[in-house]
Amino acid sequence: MSVREVAVPPATGPAPRVRAGGLLDRRQLLAALPQALRKLDPLTLWRNPVMLVVEVGSVFTTVLAAVSPSVFGAAIAGWLWLTVLFANLAEAVAEGRGRAQADALRRAKTDTLARRLVGWTPGATAPVERPVPAPQLARGDLVLVEAGQVIPGDGDVVEGIASVDESAVTGESAPVIRESGGDRCAVTGGTRVLSDRIVVRITQRPGDSFIDRMIGLVEGANRQKTPNEIALNILLATLTIVFLLAVATMQPMAVFARHAQAFAPDSATIDAHGVTGVVLVALVVCLIPTTIGALLSAIGIAGMDRLVQRNVLAMSGRAVEAAGDVDTLLLDKTGTITLGNRQASGFVPVGGVSAAELADAAQLSSLADETPEGRSVVVHAKTEYGLRERAAGELTGAVWVPFTAQTRMSGVDLPAGTGTRQLRKGAAAAVTDWVRAAGGTVPDRIDAIVDDVSAAGGTPLVVGERVGGRARVLGVIHLADVVKPGMAQRFDQLRRMGIRTVMITGDNPRTAAAIATRAGVDDYLAEATPEDKLALIRREQQGGRLVAMTGDGTNDAPALAQADVGMAMNTGTSAAKEAGNMVDLDSDPTKLIEVVAIGKQLLITRGALTTFSIANDIAKYFAIIPAIFAALYPGLDALNVMRLHSPTSAILSAVIFNALVIVALIPLALRGVRYRPANAASMLRRNLLVYGLGGIVAPFVGIKLIDLVIQFVPGIS
Amino acid sequence: MSATTAGILFVVSLVVALVLVHRPLGDHMYRVVTGTRHLRVERLAYRLIGVRADGEQTWSVYARSVLAFAAASILFLYLMLRLQHQLLLSLGMPAVAPAGAWNTAVSFVTNTNWQWYSGESTLGYLVQMAGLAVQNFVSAATGIAVAVALVRGFARRRTDELGNFWVDLVRITVRILLPIAVVGAVVLVAGGAVQNLSAGTDVHTIAGGTQHLTGGPVASQEVIKELGTNGGGFYNANSAHPYENPTAWTNWVEIFLILLIAFSLPRTFGRMVGDRRQGYAIVAAMAVLAIGSVVLINVAQGMHPGTVPSAVGGATEGTETRFGVLNSATFGAATTLTSTGAVDSFHDSYTALGGGITIGNMLLGEVAPGGVGSGLYGMLILAVLTVFLAGLMVGRTPEYLGKKIGAREVKLASLYFLTMPALVLVGTAAALATASGRAGILNFGAHGLSEVLYAFASSANNNGSAFAGLSVGSTWYETATGLAMLFGRFLPIVFVLALAGSLAGQSPVPESPGTLRTHQPLFVGMLVGVTVILVALTFLPALALGPLAEGVR
Repeated sequence: MSVREVAVPPATGPAPRVRAGGLLDRRQLLAALPQALRKLDPLTLWRNPVMLVVEVGSVFTTVLAAVSPSVFGAAIAGWLWLTVLFANLAEAVAEGRGRAQADALRRAKTDTLARRLVGWTPGATAPVERPVPAPQLARGDLVLVEAGQVIPGDGDVVEGIASVDESAVTGESAPVIRESGGDRCAVTGGTRVLSDRIVVRITQRPGDSFIDRMIGLVEGANRQKTPNEIALNILLATLTIVFLLAVATMQPMAVFARHAQAFAPDSATIDAHGVTGVVLVALVVCLIPTTIGALLSAIGIAGMDRLVQRNVLAMSGRAVEAAGDVDTLLLDKTGTITLGNRQASGFVPVGGVSAAELADAAQLSSLADETPEGRSVVVHAKTEYGLRERAAGELTGAVWVPFTAQTRMSGVDLPAGTGTRQLRKGAAAAVTDWVRAAGGTVPDRIDAIVDDVSAAGGTPLVVGERVGGRARVLGVIHLADVVKPGMAQRFDQLRRMGIRTVMITGDNPRTAAAIATRAGVDDYLAEATPEDKLALIRREQQGGRLVAMTGDGTNDAPALAQADVGMAMNTGTSAAKEAGNMVDLDSDPTKLIEVVAIGKQLLITRGALTTFSIANDIAKYFAIIPAIFAALYPGLDALNVMRLHSPTSAILSAVIFNALVIVALIPLALRGVRYRPANAASMLRRNLLVYGLGGIVAPFVGIKLIDLVIQFVPGIS
Repeated sequence: MSATTAGILFVVSLVVALVLVHRPLGDHMYRVVTGTRHLRVERLAYRLIGVRADGEQTWSVYARSVLAFAAASILFLYLMLRLQHQLLLSLGMPAVAPAGAWNTAVSFVTNTNWQWYSGESTLGYLVQMAGLAVQNFVSAATGIAVAVALVRGFARRRTDELGNFWVDLVRITVRILLPIAVVGAVVLVAGGAVQNLSAGTDVHTIAGGTQHLTGGPVASQEVIKELGTNGGGFYNANSAHPYENPTAWTNWVEIFLILLIAFSLPRTFGRMVGDRRQGYAIVAAMAVLAIGSVVLINVAQGMHPGTVPSAVGGATEGTETRFGVLNSATFGAATTLTSTGAVDSFHDSYTALGGGITIGNMLLGEVAPGGVGSGLYGMLILAVLTVFLAGLMVGRTPEYLGKKIGAREVKLASLYFLTMPALVLVGTAAALATASGRAGILNFGAHGLSEVLYAFASSANNNGSAFAGLSVGSTWYETATGLAMLFGRFLPIVFVLALAGSLAGQSPVPESPGTLRTHQPLFVGMLVGVTVILVALTFLPALALGPLAEGVR
């Protein structure tokens, strides 16, 4: 099984659905069973105080059941062991799902011999090679990788260009280009070079490669508890202590009560020595928050797993949790909010030029322009003006003028009668200068049109013409940024969740403002430099807000490091990946929104199951307290609101319910509770209703149903 | 007017009066604790104590000041009691024995006023006035000061300063407690409470016998006993004594005084954190619990289906006829809902469920509205725990009033939450498990257990009232309840101040639509639910073997 098989393609719709189903099949459970049994080791269980108490109780009841055998004692002991086992099973299943992914990754981590270069300088033709086992590579080592070979470690390409198969890491089978310099120089250890040869400078520490970290993360091996998890654990430990106290101190009270009611007969639950040991343990286990205690670590592992399923790697659980807390989302305009390319959306002719004339000139000047913008001009001329697309070859004598950074224009020179007809399109300033240089005049209206286009969030391209020494401006092409469909709704959702979105763009403020309005973001940062970005993040953080951002370039690294959640694109540089605390293997910046949702879902699942666990106690009390004491004070039978069959069946039913509810909730713990973006009040209302009220009611029903069945078991009633 | 209508009017008029008064008083207290001006008498006090009035304290210095002041107070009171026979106005009373003196010293310094003795036959007037009454003022002021320090923790940002305990103590005493006490004492005297230094009068009765009529500075102590939620009576009969609480309307005044500050402090809290709605939410949670309890106890006492109560129209046993069953029940609820512990009727003689409700009120942790100051900080701790659960359920790191509730905050709130049940349960179990503990139990079976449970619920929660059927004048009970009072008061205070320090150091998180709204009814409902459920879950076994075993048929 490779990562790709579990990966969910990046969602394109406005509301990504969490992949459901297939959470718990029998095979998975069976596979997790040996691991669950191994986890019975008290040294392992030490990390989970709630379940450790249950295990100690299980041992105690087993001894008691062995000393004075009874069906009731044996049944309680058995179900207590099952309670611990179910908790271990939940964790083991969660880990198992990660381990399958880790195995696939490990296969990618072949321990090949690396071809380390000694004394290499750029351009060296015959460098000295020394073979070194990949794990022994140090930071800064230079290695040579040729077609067919596996890249021995994470690093940057310092020389050459190659196509690389990164499917082992990303699950994407199409090869990607990696080249020295620029933002596409990072390569990942374990991926394979398909063509050409590159020299790579290793940037990882030995044994700390990207894949190593990925394995560690999906396996949950060196999983550290997140801040909220620590706080929740403290609360759970406190509740455990409170209930241990409540039950321990109940015994002297019970003894006192038993002496006062000396006429009462001994029962399976209480005799002259007080409440029987088995019943005391059963009560403790039912009261301490076993449900959440059993599922807590599974919830955490599954949260990381949900990220990996979406091809996002978080470097720590802390980062995922921080994502749920994010107040401000910095999103790059291009590729995140708008489609990567601008598209022609209109032609504005000037100075007596007809629209058709302008369309024709625009089309001609763009025929050889293979950029998406150029293609869109041709398409627009065809759809709006019915101009047939001409192949570049059918125009005899045409000389194509490509775009250069110096001229900032592209176009064509066509033979026209005796002379040539030169057509240019490009940045307003460049084309108007070109027209003026040939003695042409530029209508004043051009400036106004260019401004209007900019103000509308578009990019103006001016088209100019020189024919026989006469130069003129024909008009303006309006290139518009196209906001991705559904973005406005998403931002609206985020706003309701209390998250502010800020669009980052290199555009001028007028253009930025127009696109910001259309996309529905809350704010924008125009003409943004990396320093501006960093300053914005600092400013937000000083106001107590948590900031998330995406980035890929080396110049994004400081901002990525400063942000509370920094998601680097996998196509980005090692510096960016190193600085961020998450990497998106699909390099889809929109995914940040999903990451926020996963972070929130993680917290909600913990909170909801804790509330459920505590609310459950009410019904368990109503089952167990009358079962123990109704023999002494018959009036207390009034508390037996479920009308359970007998004291022993009541207590056993509560214990069985307590164990089964863990199994029943494993899928929920792994999947996370249903999460729909909404404001805090409606989310609380819903979760309180489902998990608070539901937590009160469900066990009344469950315990009654179990009691209806087990009352027929011989030796129980 | 039927007794039921009268009982309802009594409660409704109290609610109306508190609603009217909480605003001006809450605002006044806000000005007192946030002002910068010092009165001349206060400056004098600071010079006497030797503190710099404008210096602020960190949480640990604040806590050490509270503890040092308490330690000095206990020592001073202990010596007074031990040396009583040497003092003026001792009325010839002998010195109090060591265990008893320790218990009483701790009892009054912790705002508990648990009394193992009868005031009129044990203490002279100087001890009553200069010892006990002084502690009635300063122990109440200490409670309010700690609550104010916690609120400063919420209100302030990025600082380690929580105010100055000595300044808070002096100001609260001089500007809040003393003025109200003076007016209240005059009102009580007008109602017939005594206020003199007479050693008492022997009178000849019509039947030809003689009777000793006691005197004493009663009204002045009575008023602060209620206002400061102290509860220690001048006389053994406490507020059932006609010299302490002469008429039905002074009974109303006393209940009003009991509830006055505790129900007004949430207003102060709201003003200090800059959002009055937060104060309303806290007071709403307190009111829901309190009104629920008052209704339940009135029903339990007034409508008991037993033969005698049905015949006489209520559970009259242990109540004064001048107050009646229902008004006594309302007093009983008020005194146990706050950590007062004054009584105008005998809870031990209440119906099993009525008595159970008084125990339940205390076991809520004295938060509805609780003792002066301690009720507010107790409720805020519960709010912190509720915010933690609710905050997770809305998918954010929980935050309350802009402050994040992280591991340290949860740890301190948990320790606070753990203290009281541990003291009550361990104390009760120890009493039942030891011969010395059982020796004090005068009643049989479930009621006997309720008496012990009541004793430890009362001492650990610094209430001070008792089910009278337990003789607590033994060294065992004096030591055990003394420890329960001491730990029950000062461990939580240390945790509260540590929490305040941790909150004050944070910079607040700005509010957004994703922030949990802690002023909305939904949150108030959850807070009430958490308070009730946590109590029910912790104490249900004990309650089942006590009041429930006795009362559920």
